[in-house]
Amino acid sequence: MKDWLTVQTGIRNGDKRAVARGLTWVEQGTDNGKRLVKSLFGSAGRAHVIGVTGAPGVGKSTLVNALALHLRQKGRYVGILAVDPSSPFSGGAILGDRIRMQDSVMDPGVFMRSLASRGHLGGLSRATFGAVTVLDAAGFDTILIETVGAGQSEVEIMQLAHTTVVVLAPGLGDDIQAIKAGILEIGQVFVVNKADRDGADHTVRSIRGMLTLATEHPDWMPPILKTVAERGEGVAALRETIDGHRQHLETSGIWHQFRRTQSEHVVGQVLEDWLLRHLNEARGWPQWPGWLAAIAEGRLDPERVAESVWHGAPYEED
Amino acid sequence: MIRVLVAKPGLDGHDRGAKVIARALRDAGMEVVYTGLHQTPEQIVDAALQEDVNVLALSILSGAHPTLVPRIMELVRANQMDDMLVLLGGIIPEDDIPVMLAQGVARVFGPGTDTNDIITYIRQQVSAE
Ligand SMILES: Nc1nc2c(ncn2[C@@H]2O[C@H](COP(=O)(O)OP(=O)(O)OP(=O)(O)O)[C@@H](O)[C@H]2O)c(=O)[nH]1
Ligand SMILES: [Mg+2]
Repeated sequence: MKDWLTVQTGIRNGDKRAVARGLTWVEQGTDNGKRLVKSLFGSAGRAHVIGVTGAPGVGKSTLVNALALHLRQKGRYVGILAVDPSSPFSGGAILGDRIRMQDSVMDPGVFMRSLASRGHLGGLSRATFGAVTVLDAAGFDTILIETVGAGQSEVEIMQLAHTTVVVLAPGLGDDIQAIKAGILEIGQVFVVNKADRDGADHTVRSIRGMLTLATEHPDWMPPILKTVAERGEGVAALRETIDGHRQHLETSGIWHQFRRTQSEHVVGQVLEDWLLRHLNEARGWPQWPGWLAAIAEGRLDPERVAESVWHGAPYEED
Repeated sequence: MIRVLVAKPGLDGHDRGAKVIARALRDAGMEVVYTGLHQTPEQIVDAALQEDVNVLALSILSGAHPTLVPRIMELVRANQMDDMLVLLGGIIPEDDIPVMLAQGVARVFGPGTDTNDIITYIRQQVSAE
């Protein structure tokens, strides 16, 4: 499947092979991919986008699988994006989230794609926004995004997801870690998974304690739920809570503002791309090594060089 | 970016070899989707389709390749995934290799294969597309 119009039409009709190829183009950042996102953007915006974040191994993939199964029972169509880190050395990646999603991904109403972060920081990949647009336009009404399990402040998911679910697990002093990483500020729903293990109630209490300190806008006080994702326990309640959050977004008007807020972030991303491209070009300029040496020796102002990069042309020696 | 699905169809319980390959391909700069043990042909082809991989690398140690591979290739054709390279690794008797190739497998790599040969082969084939 190589023809642009075939892929675009296929996506609109929910054809999985077309969706898969469209996602590849979006990831590659080719002209085909950019045209696709642009042309589909108008028919997107209906899906509820849900971020699932948390430290490595807390059970994000297992929970996404259980949630997807449950959503299917409710007649929803589920798109899943799972991001894993790329190796900073080789640029390659091992994408292993699908292992825990075997039960749900065979359902015809579920589409799952693994994405590598490809050097992008913040728990997502550069292509995630475009990938959401493709899944949304293909008719998936609920989109689950599993971020890289970095356990750090993955604030970018807030720009993309209407509802962010922060997953924790009992033990390992993860409550303290959570504050340090600033993860409390990004969650609208908290899940203590592996509630079959000791210490789950303790973890719930410590999150509650810290949330009351951190929350300044009590119009939505983040609920804290317990789940055993492996057995699907607590997943129905989680789905109700997530739907409740969507309801809250709609009645408060945030839902309708969301795309506008998001648009600013998208503009920023494009700008970042451009600048990085300029910087890479500048590295090939004959003046570049000499400039770096001059900056290091204090003979040249780094801002002068930065201005050249910005304008995409070396400054004239005076 | 080359994307590969490393898949283990059938019932054999060893995935050390598959993991070694997955890591080697990752270190060669490829993106490797790994789906774990005991995959059915349907699961494998569905995963390959959704992940839109350039290469499907099958690892079969159980001796069940005469039934598994034809079924997988049948599904690959039914889904018109003709631009995907299918490789087979594991314990495949010499006599079975022509049969596997006739089924549409591009190449069979035996147990002692140097991972560099696999990497070189994948790079050549994918860039030739
Ligand atoms: N005891 C228990 N184990 C669980 C539960 N949910 C998941 N696990 C196990 O926790 C391990 C990690 O689960 P994953 O779903 O892969 O966790 P993850 O957060 O997606 O991991 P990364 O993607 O590597 O960050 C697996 O061995 C799961 O079987 C649970 O509710 N209880
Ligand atoms: Mg995971």
